[in-house]
This record gives sequence, structure tokens and C-alpha cells, in this order.
Amino acid sequence: MFKYIVKRILISIIIIFGVTFITYSLFRLMPDNYVYNKFAAQSATNPNWEEQAARVEHLYGLDLNVVSGYFHWLGSALKGDFGYSFIDGAAVTQKIKDSLPVSFIMSLIVTILQIAIALPLGIKAAVNQYGPTDYITTVFTMLGISLPSFFFSGIMIKVFAVDLGWFDPSLGLQSGNFTGNGWELFWNQAWHLVLPIFVSTVLSLGGLMRYTRTNMLEVLSADYIRTARAKGVKKRNIIYKHAFKNTAIPLVTMFSGILASLFCGSMIIEQIFGIQGIGYQSYTATTQGDIPFVMAYNTFIALLTVIGIFISDILYAIVDPRVKLGN
Amino acid sequence: MEEEQNTNPQQTEVAAEGAMQTVEGTENLSDRVKVLSPARLVLKRFFRSKLSVIGLVTLLVLYLVCFIGPLFSDMTYETIDYNGAQNAQSTEITYTVEGVEYTMYDITYTESINLKAYPSAKHWLGTDENGRDVLMRVLYGGQISLTIGIVVVVLETLIGVIMGGIAGYFGKWVDQIIMRIVDIFYCIPQMPILLICSAILAANEVNGIARIYWLCLVLVFFGWAGTARLVRGQILSLREQEFMLAERSMGVPVRRKIFLHLIPNVLPLLIVQMTLGLGSVILTESTLSYLGLGVPIPYATWGNIIQALRDFTTLQYHFHIWGPPGICIMLAVLSFNFVGDGLRDAFDPKMKK
Repeated sequence: MFKYIVKRILISIIIIFGVTFITYSLFRLMPDNYVYNKFAAQSATNPNWEEQAARVEHLYGLDLNVVSGYFHWLGSALKGDFGYSFIDGAAVTQKIKDSLPVSFIMSLIVTILQIAIALPLGIKAAVNQYGPTDYITTVFTMLGISLPSFFFSGIMIKVFAVDLGWFDPSLGLQSGNFTGNGWELFWNQAWHLVLPIFVSTVLSLGGLMRYTRTNMLEVLSADYIRTARAKGVKKRNIIYKHAFKNTAIPLVTMFSGILASLFCGSMIIEQIFGIQGIGYQSYTATTQGDIPFVMAYNTFIALLTVIGIFISDILYAIVDPRVKLGN
Repeated sequence: MEEEQNTNPQQTEVAAEGAMQTVEGTENLSDRVKVLSPARLVLKRFFRSKLSVIGLVTLLVLYLVCFIGPLFSDMTYETIDYNGAQNAQSTEITYTVEGVEYTMYDITYTESINLKAYPSAKHWLGTDENGRDVLMRVLYGGQISLTIGIVVVVLETLIGVIMGGIAGYFGKWVDQIIMRIVDIFYCIPQMPILLICSAILAANEVNGIARIYWLCLVLVFFGWAGTARLVRGQILSLREQEFMLAERSMGVPVRRKIFLHLIPNVLPLLIVQMTLGLGSVILTESTLSYLGLGVPIPYATWGNIIQALRDFTTLQYHFHIWGPPGICIMLAVLSFNFVGDGLRDAFDPKMKK
């Protein structure tokens, strides 16, 4: 067990190195860098802009080659210094801290809804395999996975915000001229989050539901379920006690992805709904070549992914006593 | 038993009759009981599921319409309709120079572009914000979107099979190295990385059709890890099975082992993975194109047509521009999912239905 954990941690470190290095070198492949462009834009008013640009580039190791530049970044990152955003000069860690809560709350609600809806539906569909319930849930949840997020958001905005006028069509996190605070502010913001949360939930239902259904079907065809039926155990008990508990084992692997998804926000949906969460920030940062922010963001996500996989492996061993770690 | 039969002539007769029947029956038997090859069996199971047949038919229709449809029109994805109103205005200018009167006509000829037109007999789905026919763009877009999907998935699978196969077959340090690389690729946040790559392509002024090829390569480069992991896992579990042991003891050559025994065993899973992958590649490509970082305009793909909805008035009043490509994406992805699911069920020997 101990040996296994040590080995896993070492592997995780290698993964983080790999991910950050690939991200960094890709960024450096961009021919024009943001710093240079930013200072070049001021060339009219600022006579010694080239000198200043060079100084900032030196500060971020942009004048070094890719490998040394990467270790320059890594050196300060290990000290907890992720630098300052090129775009607005704010500290990257602060920027992440500021934009994280909205995204986190959204993802948390989406995840809770997703589990609360997809699990029962999956079980229902498996129990009534090839019945009408099965077909209807399958078609609807598959529709959810197949819809492009931007297209579905577009339809929702058009129908509910523009045509029906239930929501503020200017989108964003709160109404433009809103000045209230306390509960008023809370309700105003909550109302603005309804559509994006609805969209993300619908889009995410399919995966979990299909997964539950497949695993449930497999368990339901097992011999011990037949035995339980033959003994006359109540149907409810068979499904929820005998079968579902065993379905939960493979479901644990799904949770490895949830940890990262809770914190990484959604680039597309946040961008469409104009919610300045972490996904939105990383979208603008990525397209504008804001190296410090994107590096910090990608490292953060990779770290969470690795931790998620690690936790799910350990959970797997806890939930299923047959699994022995280290083999 | 025989003695008894011999003592009773009636019974021998019956037995003889029975024997006769079975002799005749051998012909009947082969008619009645069909021996199905595994492939036929899979097909039979596949076509029994309604959803997968619906999916397959939808896909066929989509491919046919997208590739054949444009042949019946004289417009293409970049034809701009200047037909809004062609009018020539003339203004008479009269002036006198040194007592002689001159008359000049200033003629302004304006061709206005027929943009954002609503559906009509000429443009079945109207025109977009640049006056191009939406239906044509959707059809040509389908050609690119559907083709990108296939190219990417095939390449991804090739790399995945080679890497996963090597890792699973040779094991030890080869496996360690390849699997660590796979782990890294698995943990890279996909969307940000694809955005960066697209930005690099844009900044390097890779334009036109070359951009599409590069985009495919990028999608392949960051997409093969899943297949590699799948193939490796499959081969690891196959390696431990008895038939592999038998082969080793019989001294079957490695090439025969890999191509005749391992690959056919991995193939069903791969086909399922590829079908489901097709859907997700189409989604990814359309998302990138929607963000304006995928296939560049004037080339049409379903994703970059929907880009129009970023303009609020288009979103509000011109569903005919961004609706159809969205529905096409949805239909294609949905059908690939249905077909993939159907194939998975059909390949599964545990499924008796």
C-alpha cells in the first residue's frame, strides 16, 4: 500500500511535468508574444518601449530558449509565484481566486443535479430494458450529449431570454444597472445562473446515465440476482440493495473526472452567457497569449485531474474489497 | 436396447423410419438451421436494434446529401448573392463653362448584397450575413465536418493501436515509457491546448485548406491516448489467456500471433471506439470552428456557420442561419452514438437478444 502510494505520487509528478512542459512549449511556439505587442502598441507615447518590453520579457524568461524558459517558470511556480497576468497586470493567483467561486458554485449545482437525475434514470432504464422508459431516456440523454454546447445555449437564450423574456437577454452575472445588495443581489445573480446551469446539466446527463445503465444491466444479469429473485426478495430490495451497490463500484471511476470539472469551469458556456468565471478568464487568456495565467490554470487543472485519478483508485479499493492496490 | 429392438419388428420399423427421416432431414436440417458466421451474427444483432438502424440510415442520408446535393446547384459555399437590388441611379449635372452649357450624368451603379435573406425559393435556407446561400454552406460544411471526423479517427486509431499494441505486447520498460506518455496526454486539459494550437496556426498564417490539414493533425496528436490505453488494456488481458499460452507452446510466429489472433480480438472494441470517437471529433471541431479558431472562413463547416449566432440580432431573428448546421451536428453525433452503441451490443457475446 505504502509502496503503491509512493509510486503513484512519483508518476503524478512526472505527469504534471509533462503537461506543464507541453503547454509551455506550445505557447512559446507562437511567433508574436503578447508582451512585445502590448509595448509596441504604446510606441507612439512611450519612446523607450523596446527597452521596457525587453525588461518584462527578461522577467518572465521569455528571452531564454524554451527549455530554460520552462525551468525559469517552474522555479518561480514551485515557490508559489505564478507571476502577473499580461492582460491586466493582476496577480495570477488572485485572479484565479476571484473568478473561481462563480464557476465552482455552478459546477457544484450541475454535478449534484447530474447525479440526482442521471443515476435514477439509468437504473430505471436498465430495469425496464427495451421498454418505453428505456427508449425515451436513452434518446433524450443521448440528445444531450450530441448537442454542441454553443448551439444548445443559443437556442435556450433565444427561446427563454429573447422570445419569452423570462431571463435578462443581456446575460452576464447580474443585470446591468443593478445596484441592490444582500438577498436582492443574491436572487438577481441566482436568476442569471439558471440558464447556464440548466444547459450544462442537460449536456452532462447522458454520459453518467449511459454508464449507470450499462453497469446496472451487467449486474442485473448476474447469477446472485437470479438467486435473490428465486428466494423471493422484494424487487425494490434487489434493485437498490443488491444490484445498485455493485453498480456503484465502476461509478467510482467517474468521480475521478468530477474533481477537475468542479474547478475548471466551462469555457464555452461561460463565454456565451458572459459569466466571468474561471473558464471565461482562461478562454480570453488563451486566445490572447497570457502565458502566466494559462500556465497556472493548466497546472491547476492537471493537478486536480491527477489527484482525482488517485482518489478514485483508492476509493475503488475501499468500495470493492476484491481490488488490491499495487498489482 | 438393440436386442429389444430386434425382438420387436414394429419398433425396428419405426427406428428405421426415424433413421430415414434423419437421412432426409440432413438436407432439411441445413435449410432449417442456418450456421451463421460471427460477422453475420453481429450484423443480425445490430439490425435488430431500432435505434442503431435509425442512426445508420440518418448517417447515410447525411453523407449522400452533403456530397451529392451541391452538384444540383450552380452556387457554392462562397458564392455571394449580389441580387439584393441592382439599381442604377443617374443624376443630371448641368454646368456652364464660358457660356457653353454642358450636361453630365453621374451614374452610380449599386449592387447590393442579398444578405440575411429569409428562406425563399432561390435560397431554401436564406442567406447568411455575407450573402452566401446557407443551404450550400451547410452542405459543403457537411463535407468538411464529416470528412475531418473520419480522417482524425482513423489516424488516431492507427497511432493508438501501434502505441498501445507495443506497450501491451512487450510490457516492462517499453510499457512504462509509453504509458507515462499516454498519462501525460490524458491529463492535458483538452480545450485550452487546442485553443493554443489554433492560435499558433493563426499566428503563423497557416490559412486556407492547409489550416484544415493542420487542424486534423492537432486533433490526432492530442487524441490518440485514449485508444492506446484501451488497446493496451485489451492486449494485457488477452496475453494471459489460454489460447495465447497454447500459441506460445506451439511456437506460432510473432507476426501470426499479432495479426491473426490479437488484432481480431481487439477489433470489435476498436470499431465501437471509432464510431463513438467520430461523434466527439465532430463536436470538438465544431466547437473550435465556432470560436473562430478552427476551419477558417470562407471554407464552411457546421461549426463556423453557427458562429453567426455570436451576433445578437442574428441570434434573435435569423434562426435559419444558425439552426440548420446545429441540427446537422446534432443528427450526425447522435447517429454515430446510436450506431456505436448498437455495435457494442452486437459485438458483446454475452448479449443473447
